[in-house]
Amino acid sequence: MQITAALLAAVPLGTAWRAGWARLGSAQFSSPQAGGGRHFVSSRCGNRKSEVMAGKPKLYYFDGRGKMESIRWLLAAAGVEFEEEFLETREQYEKLLQSGSLLFQQVPLVEIDGMKMVQTRAILNYIAAKYNLYGKDLKERALIDMYVEGTTDLMGLIMQLPLQSAEMREKNLALIIERAKTRYFPVYEKALKDHGHDYLVGNKFSWADIHLLEAILMVEECKPDILSAFPQLQAFKGRISNIPTIKKFLQPGSQRKPPADDKYIANDSD
Amino acid sequence: MSGKPRLTYINGRGRMEPVRWLLAAAGVEFEENFVETKEQLEKLIKDGDLLFQQVPMVEIDGMKMVQTRAILNYIAGKYNLYGKDLKERALIDMYVEGLADLNELISSNFFQPADKKEEHLATVMDKAATRYFPVYEKVLKGHGQDFLVGNKLSRADVQLLEIILLVEESKPDILAKFPLLQSFKAKTSNIPNIKKFLQPGSQRKQPIQEKDIPRLMQIFH
Repeated sequence: MQITAALLAAVPLGTAWRAGWARLGSAQFSSPQAGGGRHFVSSRCGNRKSEVMAGKPKLYYFDGRGKMESIRWLLAAAGVEFEEEFLETREQYEKLLQSGSLLFQQVPLVEIDGMKMVQTRAILNYIAAKYNLYGKDLKERALIDMYVEGTTDLMGLIMQLPLQSAEMREKNLALIIERAKTRYFPVYEKALKDHGHDYLVGNKFSWADIHLLEAILMVEECKPDILSAFPQLQAFKGRISNIPTIKKFLQPGSQRKPPADDKYIANDSD
Repeated sequence: MSGKPRLTYINGRGRMEPVRWLLAAAGVEFEENFVETKEQLEKLIKDGDLLFQQVPMVEIDGMKMVQTRAILNYIAGKYNLYGKDLKERALIDMYVEGLADLNELISSNFFQPADKKEEHLATVMDKAATRYFPVYEKVLKGHGQDFLVGNKLSRADVQLLEIILLVEESKPDILAKFPLLQSFKAKTSNIPNIKKFLQPGSQRKQPIQEKDIPRLMQIFH
């Protein structure tokens, strides 16, 4: 589900929207300069405005995780600096629409290498391949794709939570926990156990590892002890979190976005 | 073992249909293993054949592949239907993901409550006509070539044809305002492998009928 104009229309922008999708946390940021959005963009690290450097990817989205978060993770893990333009008003969104930049009238939009890329998977595929995080051949790519699609499905369930009624949310939270424990995490646990390597595919750091870490952390936000029965994943989490680019991304002040306001903590029943 | 890819899914379109299209377009013969009972599905899961306990599953080149996109990416890559470089692939991916979104919208009509179905379908047809098809019409107009990307048949063309035909099943005149898509449809349909797939007796599947629903529910729930 992409964020569409219809969804925007249904959810008033401003504090209500922010409550739904993002929490500002402690970092200060300023709005992009109107009109000159192309050349001045706010950074989430303090109140600095920096000129867009030629060559830095530029991300257009809301100031929240949503569908853009996996892209932020991937760029960060690859050590690629990027700019962000946050869509905070309807006018901004309409302007982007009018500009013809949104191929299917939707965000995420990433300007990269002279392209205006839309569609999350297309963007992720491109970045992964460009920065050598997509395996060495077709078969490794096939494995990476399978793993990533699994974590996409799992995170997709979690992404729906803020949009659901309290009753649905509780039900779905239980489903998410069950799926994580019985359908998804066992697969990655087994993969790591079977080959004994540090990384999921080809004994080399790839997109699959980044995506799995993102998923683990997201599920832990729902249930902090979710990895209690998965020792390989615990070790994996420790290792991957310590990779310098990722370690940096996990620190306060990075471009990583916080979860939506409401906390979803599962009951302590197994 | 024949070495042919083997597709495990229900005897219906669902999520496997784009895979059938792509293999057929690539001229690759394949076998099908139809899941017809819950017990069959449970056995597949128990035997560890389904990585995430789900179908589609395709046995190909010694792998048991799951996840539709992973399968399609592999087939497209293997049979040179994925562009010549990263940038062509980026374009193909964007086009293909747009079509996948439209496909999801159409499929979701199935799950709408009976009294909402007609209205929902109208909305979907409107999206096809205003959000999706104009994009592909414009792409074709822009370069004037027969194929969407790189002047060469790719998975984007195969999937565009598949979706055009799908939408036409609900709205036969959907291409009235899209002359280039009309000629695209005609030309692409005439590519020998695709022409063959479009003929009766091929492995192309028919839409799921109302009468099939109880049987399908029994398998998956």
